[in-house]
Parts: sequence; structure tokens; C-alpha cells
Amino acid sequence: MSAYRRGLRVGATSLTIAALLFSATACGGTTRDDAGKDTGSGSQASGAANPDAPIKAGLKIAFLPKQLNNPYFTVSDGGGKAAVDEIKGEFKEVGPSEASASSQVSYINTLSQQGMDVIVTSANDPNAICGALNQAKTAGAKIVTFDSDTKPECRQIFVNQVTAEGIAENQVKLISEQIGGAGEVAILSATANATNQNAWIALMKEELKKPEYAKIKLVTVAYGNDDDQKSFQETQGLLQSYPNLKGIISPTTVGVAAAGRYLSGSQYKGKVKLTGLGTPNQMRQYVKDGTVDAFALWSPADLGYLATYAGAALASGQITGAEGDKFKAGKLGEYTVGKDGVVVLGPPTVFDKNNIDQFQF
Amino acid sequence: MAHDSLYAAPPTAEAEPDAGRLATLRGLLGSWDAAIVAALVVVVLVAGLTVENFATGRNAQFLLLDLVPLTLIALPMTLIVITGEIDLSVASMVGLCSTLMGQLWLSSGLSLELICVLVVLLGAVLGAVNGLFVTGFGLPSLAVTIGTLALYRGLSFVVLGDQAVADFPADWTAAMVRNIPGTSIPVVVVPVLVLAVIFGVVLHATSAGRALYAMGNNDQAATFTGVSVARTKFWLFVASGAVCGLVGIFWTLRYASARGDNATGLELTVVTAVLLGGVSIFGGRGGLLGVLAGVLLLGVLRNALQLADVDANALTIVTGTLLIASVVLPNAVADVRARLHRRRQRQPVAS
Amino acid sequence: MSRTDTDVPEQTTGAAPTDPGRQRRGLGERLLAVRELSLLIALGLLVLVTTVRNDRFLSSQSIKDLLLGCAILVILAVGQTLVIVTRNVDLSVGSILGLVAFATGTLFVNAPGTPWPVALLLGIALGALCGVVNGGLIAVARVPALVITLGTLYAFRGVDYYWASGRQINAADMPPSFLRLGNQTVLGVPILFLVALVVVAAVGFYLRSYRSGRELYAIGSEPAAARLSGIPVGRRVFAVFVANGALAGLAGVLYAARFGTLDAAAGNGLELQVVAAAVVGGVAIFGGSGSAYGAALGAVLLTTIGSSLAVLRIDPFWQQAVVGALILAAIGLDRLLALRMAARLRGRSAHGA
Repeated sequence: MSAYRRGLRVGATSLTIAALLFSATACGGTTRDDAGKDTGSGSQASGAANPDAPIKAGLKIAFLPKQLNNPYFTVSDGGGKAAVDEIKGEFKEVGPSEASASSQVSYINTLSQQGMDVIVTSANDPNAICGALNQAKTAGAKIVTFDSDTKPECRQIFVNQVTAEGIAENQVKLISEQIGGAGEVAILSATANATNQNAWIALMKEELKKPEYAKIKLVTVAYGNDDDQKSFQETQGLLQSYPNLKGIISPTTVGVAAAGRYLSGSQYKGKVKLTGLGTPNQMRQYVKDGTVDAFALWSPADLGYLATYAGAALASGQITGAEGDKFKAGKLGEYTVGKDGVVVLGPPTVFDKNNIDQFQF
Repeated sequence: MAHDSLYAAPPTAEAEPDAGRLATLRGLLGSWDAAIVAALVVVVLVAGLTVENFATGRNAQFLLLDLVPLTLIALPMTLIVITGEIDLSVASMVGLCSTLMGQLWLSSGLSLELICVLVVLLGAVLGAVNGLFVTGFGLPSLAVTIGTLALYRGLSFVVLGDQAVADFPADWTAAMVRNIPGTSIPVVVVPVLVLAVIFGVVLHATSAGRALYAMGNNDQAATFTGVSVARTKFWLFVASGAVCGLVGIFWTLRYASARGDNATGLELTVVTAVLLGGVSIFGGRGGLLGVLAGVLLLGVLRNALQLADVDANALTIVTGTLLIASVVLPNAVADVRARLHRRRQRQPVAS
Repeated sequence: MSRTDTDVPEQTTGAAPTDPGRQRRGLGERLLAVRELSLLIALGLLVLVTTVRNDRFLSSQSIKDLLLGCAILVILAVGQTLVIVTRNVDLSVGSILGLVAFATGTLFVNAPGTPWPVALLLGIALGALCGVVNGGLIAVARVPALVITLGTLYAFRGVDYYWASGRQINAADMPPSFLRLGNQTVLGVPILFLVALVVVAAVGFYLRSYRSGRELYAIGSEPAAARLSGIPVGRRVFAVFVANGALAGLAGVLYAARFGTLDAAAGNGLELQVVAAAVVGGVAIFGGSGSAYGAALGAVLLTTIGSSLAVLRIDPFWQQAVVGALILAAIGLDRLLALRMAARLRGRSAHGA
């Protein structure tokens, strides 16, 4: 028995020691203060752009959304495919079935192995996929991000659906109009990790400080995790916790639909206003039954379309991703690359009961 | 053969150590292991010949890097499953270790070396909690670790909330993906192999390791041989936690991102790999070689299918089917073999 | 997992009463009574504390939301009870629910005129079919259900993803009569909850009063002994998986009716909550004891915790941790009670002798 126990203890101890050695292999003490601060040097714009270069034919363009099976990305990737067909390239859509950064990394590696000309991706984590993207860039691929950005130095161009300021302005204006410019409002967000959500929320808070919104009070931010049931429950919690709540802003398609469904089946229908970012198909019913007056969204298909043209322009040498570069994006017209390699799609479209039937997505 | 009751499972740890060692040796080369290794070779060959870009050094690097967490966790998991227990909380422990590493780096001012040591110890403590519930209170490990799966994952969200910590020093994060000079094999493979050898030796060449098989076959019999079942299992859970600490460090640095949802769902892949490697879910049977082959098979298959542009959704189906096949096939084979055996025995009588 | 697990406590704690069926049943039933009572007390306390902090928690709207919220989990937990009682587990329920929900939506898209009872029956049938796959594989492979259903968890979900391929079905695609099923109330009680109540009552009654129901407990307590005493173990286990599949199918149809918006990810990760609800509700994970009522209460408790955390504005990040701690507390408490009871029984028999 003792021999056996000794064996086990030796095993456990050697394991621990191995573990400790492994984790302390690098010498010296690295602390946060002396760690090299990487300063984001902006997008890597090297070489000269030739604005007159034609778009090459046969470009291999891959779309890597946050996850497959997400209707939003199905639509935006569809827009991307339409653009790829226009420029006679090869289109491919790959992605993990669940939104995780680690599986995106393995897909990026695969794509760079396959020698893609352009990788268009929406990042699950602004940092985690950076290493893989840089490797893909070294292998010759051009990197375009859309919807959710990475750190600027990891990609050439970020196609932003709207500016964060644009969203914040639009959302605050919508809710203010609906509640008559005064009262308590709350925000129902997606996951608390989402880069874009947090940026928008911060700007909405700024926007609310303007004098014309002085009578509006933001009481809380709730997180529905982009999960329908959780968003539903959170809406319910908001209305119970804040009896004087006049309005909810939900800048996420899942959240706004869940909140709409909750409100339309409750006593608060029409009394508590709801706006946010949603797709017309999801929100049509709630607009028609009077739960929702107006909400907004950019066109996800146009977003994918623009990202494709940006990528093709990069791969053809028309642009390098430097500020001021101009390129033509098919039916959308001409775009200019802004600071840090950002291209903005345009202001969001506002949907209400008068125009909603013109949109199918 | 894989399902002979003798397979790699000497009835007691004490009786005839030589015979035990022989049985272990036979176990190492047993037919399931052989089958899984053969399957691995076939898949690698087929993929190498038919899938473009598969047989390249860069792909090997990507593949191995992706497999590091899976391999590491599979090591203690193999031992745990052999004793008839299971640890479903592994992925959550990785997540919690990762966020704690992030939080310590963010706010404690400690050196990263010290933080890494602390994280491994912390992993061991998390494992010890599992071990305590299972052995101290005598609760089923399945239920306990489903509980801690939720608990640890929840806590990892509590630790960092909505943030991600990403500003780890570049030389550390680069070290995780660096290759051994002149090859396309990542450096981190070396410590993984060292750990694999340690676990392999403990499992297959020590009396403690043989006792694990005895436990999986019959706790009470194992007790009579003088093995403290509870204590052994406790330390196995601790080892599992410590390894998860290591994986947490690797994960955080490789992806340069400490966040609450790191490694979500990994436990299912680990269990799949271990079962695919021929370890019986009832305990008492299986070997480390088979598990390593199982891990590689799973990794190579996914990688090759991905390169061949197979839909991620099809990959989900493949994983599930592999898991089912890995448990259904051996039984079917054993059935067929038993039937043949019976027929062969009958024939001499008839003639 | 392995049968040996249950032996561990015996040598660490001395002899627990090993299974003279009848004695254990008496014991088991008393423990159950304790469990259901303590669940009710916990539920009461939770509601009380939340209401003190925010009196809207007990408004009729809020109660309606709560009942609506727990109905689907209750149905799944009750189905899971059937399985766990026989010392098995079905991890694929979340995937079955997702598959059936999406199938229901697709049915309405492709055949808009389908009356909802037909959709309901088809959904239940599809769920039962998934159950047949589970039960069949388990019978063929003779391996723990944990492994098989872990595999079908991937497989069913994969089929679902593959089929949906990123499509989404919206409320507008489904007939209003069907959606009303998900949101309408009768005398203030949601229809969904009434359905769940019927399921709980039916399964509870079956487990308690039918011979085959009692046999499920015997199978879970000691499969070998059950087989020797002439119980058709294989057939019963198969039937249990089919029944659980059918209930998951029912839950899937109701999910479609309630949420209206469907994509292939519906019910992802739900299995953990379902098992948690059953375990918290006093269903022993290694079979042989537990009731449908307990599991249903467990499900209600978990849902209420979710809502009250939202109402109390406790950091939502805590929610999962609380669920985990609750599972540990529940199984720990069970163990403690079992030991107490065993000690008392031993004391009594010593006196008698």
C-alpha cells in the first residue's frame, strides 16, 4: 500500500514540478509595467496604390462570419456573393457553427493554407484572431473585417456598417421622439463582450448628455446575451424593476425581437416604447400591431457587398488601405477609406409602418 | 481482443507483477489501439493524397497547435475514466484559469511567471474541490462535475465580466506559436510530450497505474489490494485541475485573450477523443497510446475536412457519428468474434 | 457512469442500506417528501425575498411570465426524470428540441394551411423518432446512454444546422392560431403551463401507480437484479427513451409557438439546465429514486432564480454560478439526508435485535 501511495505521490509531485517548470520556463520576471506596449500603428498600408488598376478576375474571396447559422450573416454573406459574382471571382463561405474565436482561428489558418486572395471576416474577439490574420497576411491574403473589427493592425480595411456615432445618434433620437423627449429609458444589449455594442452604448451615454435630451434618464444596461429566451427574461426584469420605464433601446437584432415579442404579449404594449436595430422581417409583426413605432438597421447585404469590393480593390492594387484611398463599389458607388482603414457603409435606414413592406431581409 | 476482460486490466495490482506488465504491454498493442492507429494512418494518407494543402509543414504546425489543449486535458481524463469516474468540468476550469490569469495580469502587478505558477495551483485547487465532493462526500462524479461545469464557467464570467484582457507581452504570446528551429513543429509540443510520457509511465509501468485499472473494474476488490481508492481518485482530480491550469495559460497566451467564454464546450471533444481512443466509459480498460491516437485522429479528420471545404455543420455530424461509432463498433466486433469463436469450437465436435 | 461509483460511498462511509428493495422504497419515498417540501420552501423564500425588494414580482403579469417561462423546462425535466430513474441520461434533449422546433416552423412555411394539431402530432412523432434512434443505439451498443446521447447531441444538432443552413423562420411565417397556443391564457394561466401540468400529472401518476412505472425504479436501483426478477429491462429502457424523445418533441413544438423566431440554434445547451432541474428536484443521478413532481419543482425553481436575478438586478454573470452551486448543494444535501436516514435505520434495527 505504501509503495503504491508513494508511487502516486511521486507521480503527482513530478507532475506539479513539471507544470511549474513549464510555466516558468522563460527567465526573469515579466510584469505588466515593463511589458512592451504595442502601440497600434494603424493599418498596414505599404506600397503604392494605383487607383486605375482594374479589378482582377478570378480572385478567390472567402467569407468567414462569426458563425454559420446566424441569419444576419447569411444575408450579409449573400450580398458578398452577389458582388463576387459581379467581379467574376470565386466565392466561398466557411465558419464555425458556434461563435468562438478559437474555431475562427483554425478556419483562418485553413484559408491561408488554401491561398485565398481575400479573407472577409467578422471577429468574435478583437485580439484572439490577430495572430492568425497576420500569418494569413504574410501568406499573401488581403484582410477585410466587417461588422465586428479586430485591432487595426491585423487587417487592411474595416467595413463599418455605420459609424458608432451614427448609431448612437440615431438610436437616441428615435427613442426620444417616441417617448416625447422625457422619462426613463433602458438599454438591452447583446453579450457583454461584444466590442461594437459596448462602443455604441458608451456613445449613447455621451449623446444623452446633450441639452435636448436632458429630461431622458438612462437607468440601466441589461444583457440578453443575444439569446432569445434570455433577452425575453431580461426585458421582463427591466419592466418589473423600473415601473416608470418609458422606453427600451435594444441595438441588437436578437434583443429587439425578443423585447418586441414580450411587449406585444404584455400589458405594456404601446405604453413602453421600443426601438433598436432589427431586421424588417423579424420586426414586421410588432410594427403592424403597434408595439414598435420605428427602428433602424443598415442593409446587411450591402455590408457584405461593400466588403467584397473593398477586398477586391485591395487585391487588385487599387488601394492599400491608407486614408484617402478611393474605390468604386459596384451599385453602391464610390467610397473613401477613412482613418485607421475604416470604410463606412452609410447612415442606417429607419423602418416604420409606412416603409417596412418595401424591405425583405 | 479489445474486449477481452483481461485487456490491460490485471485483476489485482499485486499479483504477479510480470504478468501484469505483460498484460499491459499486450494492452498497449491491443487490437483497438492498433485499429485506431491504423485508422489514423489511413486518414493521414488519404488526406495527404487527396486534400490539397494538407501535407505541408505549415498545416502540421496549425494542426498540432490546435491539438495542444485537447491532448493535455485528455491525459488526466484518461486516467480518471479508467477508474470509472469522469470530469466534465475541465473546459470550465480552463475558462476560469484563463480569466483569473487575465485579472491577475490586469490588476495585481505580479510578474507573469508568478501568475502562471499561481494559475496552475489554482487549477489544482479547483480540481481538489471536485475531488473532495467525489471522494470525501461520496457523490457521483458525473453529477458533481456537471455542477462545477456550471459553477466554474459562471465564476469565470464573474471574474472578468464583459471584458477581455489582451495586453500580454508579445514575446510570450509569440513563444506559444513558435516552431522548433528548422522544423514546423511548435515548441509547445515538447512539454506536452513530456507530460504524456509521465502520464504514460504512471499509468502503464507503475503499481499505482495498475491499481487504477483495478479500481475501474471493481472498487472493492481494489480496496482489498490495499489501494486507497478515495485518495487516488482525489489526486487524479487534482491533477486534472492542474493540467487545466496549464491549458488555461496556453489558451490565454496563444489567443492573446483572456475572456470568460474561453474553451467553452471543450469537455465534449475531450470525452469524445478519450472514448475514441478505446477507453471504456465503464472504467477498467484503455490505454494512453490509444487515446493519443484518438486525439490525433479527431484533429486530423477535422483539419482535413476543413481544408476540403466541408461544411462546419457536417463536421458537427461527423464528431457525433465518430463518438457513437467508437462505442458501437467494438461491441459489434466483439459480438462477431464471439460468434465465430463459438462456431470454431463447434466444428471439431461436428467433424 | 460506472456502477462502481455507487459503491464508493459504501466503503468510505460504512454500509449504506444495500438495496432490500422494499425497505429502500419506504426510505426513498420519505426522502422525496422531504425534498419536495424543501423545494417548495426554497421557492417560497426566493419569491418572498424578491418581492420584498420589488413588489412587482408578484404582479399577475409577472406570475404569468414566470409560468410561461418554466413550462418548457418543466416538460423536459419530467421526461428526463423517466430516463434518469432507470440509471440512464439523455443529453440530446436540447438538440431534439431544436430540430423539432425548426421542423415545425418549416412545416408551416411549406404547407401554410396546416392546422396546428397536425403540427403538434408531427412534432411529437419526430421527437419520438429521435428517441428511437437513441434507444435503439443504446440497445445495440450496450454502452451507457451518456456516451450515445452525447453523440446524438452533436448529430441531431448537426442535422438541424445542415437543414436550416442559416435560414430563420419568423413569427409571420406561422399561423396566428398556432402562435396563440404559445401566449394565450385561460383564466390567467398560460396554456403552455397547463400542458406542462398535464404532462407532470400523467408522468407522476404513471411512475407512482403503474406496475411498469415502478419497474423503472427497480431497473435504476439494480439493473441486474431487475433482469433476474423478470423485468424486460431492455424494452423498458428503450420505451423510456422514446417517451423522453416524444416529450422533447412536444417541447420543441411549444417552443416554436412561444418564441415565433426560430433558427437552428434553438435549445442549444439546454440539456445542462434540464439535468440540473432534475437533480435539484431530487432525482438521483444514478437512478432508482426521484419523482416527476420533484423534477418539475426543480425546473420551476431554476426558472424563478433566472427571473429574480434579473428583477433584483444582480449581475447576470452570477446566474450560471448560482445554478452550479445549487446542483452541488442539492446532491450534497441528498447524500446527507441519505446518511442520516441510514444511521437512524441502523440504530433502530440494532434496538430491535
